[in-house]
Amino acid sequence: MTVMEQRGAYRPSPPPAWQPRMDPAPLLPDAEPYRVLGTEAAAKADPDLLRRLYAQLVRGRRYNTQATALTKQGRLAVYPSSTGQEACEVAAALALEDRDWLFPSYRDTLAVVARGVDPVEALTLLRGDWHTGYDPHTHRVAPLSTPLATQLPHAVGLAHAARLKGDDVVALALVGDGGTSEGDFHEALNFAAVWQAPVVFLVQNNGFAISVPLAKQTAAPSLAHKAVGYGMPGRLVDGNDAAAVHEVLSDAVRHARAGGGPTLVEAVTYRIDAHTNADDATRYRGDAEIETWRAHDPLQLLEGELTARGLLDEAGIEAARQDAEEMAADLRSRMNRDPELDPMSLFDHVYAETTAQLREQRALLRAELEAEQEQHGEREGGAR
Amino acid sequence: MTTVAVKPATMAQALTRALRDAMAADPAVHVMGEDVGTLGGVFRVTDGLAKEFGEDRCTDTPLAEAGILGTAVGMAMYGLRPVVEMQFDAFAYPAFEQLISHVSRMRNRTRGRMPLPITVRVPYGGGIGGVEHHSDSSEAYYMATPGLHVLTPATVADAYGLLREAIASDDPVVFLEPKRLYWSKDTWDAEHPTDVEPIGRAVVRRSGRSATLITYGPSLPVCLEAAEAAQAEGWDLEVVDLRSLVPFDDETVCAAVRRTGRAVVVHESTGFGGPGGEIAARITERCFHHLEAPVLRVAGFDIPYPPPMLERHHLPGVDRILDAVARLQWEAEG
Repeated sequence: MTVMEQRGAYRPSPPPAWQPRMDPAPLLPDAEPYRVLGTEAAAKADPDLLRRLYAQLVRGRRYNTQATALTKQGRLAVYPSSTGQEACEVAAALALEDRDWLFPSYRDTLAVVARGVDPVEALTLLRGDWHTGYDPHTHRVAPLSTPLATQLPHAVGLAHAARLKGDDVVALALVGDGGTSEGDFHEALNFAAVWQAPVVFLVQNNGFAISVPLAKQTAAPSLAHKAVGYGMPGRLVDGNDAAAVHEVLSDAVRHARAGGGPTLVEAVTYRIDAHTNADDATRYRGDAEIETWRAHDPLQLLEGELTARGLLDEAGIEAARQDAEEMAADLRSRMNRDPELDPMSLFDHVYAETTAQLREQRALLRAELEAEQEQHGEREGGAR
Repeated sequence: MTTVAVKPATMAQALTRALRDAMAADPAVHVMGEDVGTLGGVFRVTDGLAKEFGEDRCTDTPLAEAGILGTAVGMAMYGLRPVVEMQFDAFAYPAFEQLISHVSRMRNRTRGRMPLPITVRVPYGGGIGGVEHHSDSSEAYYMATPGLHVLTPATVADAYGLLREAIASDDPVVFLEPKRLYWSKDTWDAEHPTDVEPIGRAVVRRSGRSATLITYGPSLPVCLEAAEAAQAEGWDLEVVDLRSLVPFDDETVCAAVRRTGRAVVVHESTGFGGPGGEIAARITERCFHHLEAPVLRVAGFDIPYPPPMLERHHLPGVDRILDAVARLQWEAEG
């Protein structure tokens, strides 16, 4: 049986024979976001996994502060921080197998790095020396996508193609609450469900699309409820609970890999920092709100659980901090080097084979560069 | 020299065969779009493909152009070679963001590491009595987007040859099919179907010495008809079929203009901001001293595409082309 034939028939019949295709009740998300840390479920969590999540959370937070510092030093054009959302970022990366694919948006640098991409290459887009610095095939991470939700249909297509080829590869696509309003979100979820593609959608609902709060974005009961309209399960999870996000995503990935089709996961979280370093969040939200979320901090939640259960001591905390500092120092020193720029490379990858027109324009730029160099040489000569 | 089997075929048939041969030659080639499966496409270009290759290779998608092209991007990322059908020119607009923000620039964005060999087939142009949103000439939008190839066949042989090349290309190709030529018949060498000029080459369809008509797609037959009619006026017109709008063949176009010294660009697309302006500028920049008259354009009016009962007034016809030729400052020759 072909992939396309597995969908089952659904044709309208006149009343009274008409029936809905399926019972929607099993697709509905829970009334409350699922939590593990601080609940009975935590006892069942794998201690080793919790420690790995913790180490990545510490690194992730440090990465965010270091990258934000680099914007102030002029080493990054812009940085959209994910501080407060690290649990989603890290759990997303750790829920995948090596052969799976991650489709990040521009705020998901942490997930990209946690998946193994070089921390400097992950920042190429935001430094501005090229668009995508890493080879997407090496760690199976698609380029950071700036146009909102446009990466979601890519994830569906890739997952579908893998299934057609008989590979048990799953794609995990990341999107924000604002992105769920885009048409591509709708089309991607619909295609995924119709094709039963092995894809998982993770919505990080951080409360704001730059300045616009969720209430102005949707009237849905929750973003996870949107899944029901497509015929896929919706899951609601506490996005600051790394163990819960990891468990829910792992379940969804396993379900997809087994041929069960796509899942929509909404992780309820909060963007502690402004949209980017160029944004002023005081214009649209107050400190009190931020403080309530600081009390539900993903790093402290996990650290609290681990220490309370004797899985982490002061030495362990210090070791994680030390590891993160080394990562930050390496990032700092490599980002403080000027990137090598080759203006002529602007023409190299527009087409597989360059065109006569681009050859002409290339020659024009080369002449300009040579003239610039000559002028530079004359000025230096005059000064001598 | 042996004689080969040369028999008549329609452009639609040649396109179907190109798709079929491409699918048979390469299991990575997947056809997808609205109604392309069981129905065989509203123009029947994908007729029989789902039956022959199965629904996994020729897939009826949900009715959503951004989703069709967006999922094709992901499929191409995983090594497939999707051939996407947009049902009509004006139905392709929802896919613009995917085309412009991703398809056209993924190779460049990733420094060549992630090429997207996607062919986007778009039936385009008027002249079939279509109601609103079924007759647009949208080529200028695609031409203005770096990273895309933009091809348009005007003959049955090119329909086959160019489509095979488009599918084989590692670059994304917008393949514009002149829908009013779908049923045009031509003798066609079915034994050597790929024996056509490559992507990026224009072809002189009619040699002449008085002036050069530069055209493509649906306007080629009109230009050839105009050239025949012009003989009665004493003009021996050359006709160039561009075939490939991107990459553009400056060499062939300029050689033709240098031979005749006069040029008229003919297309259905609107004149203002249309391809003709770019072509006229390129000719002027390269062949100014060979020109006996300004390069003229015969284009669709700068109006939204007219209702079917009025479209004949909009489309460039033989008379409008001949009127333009008459304005090429012949009196100056004395």
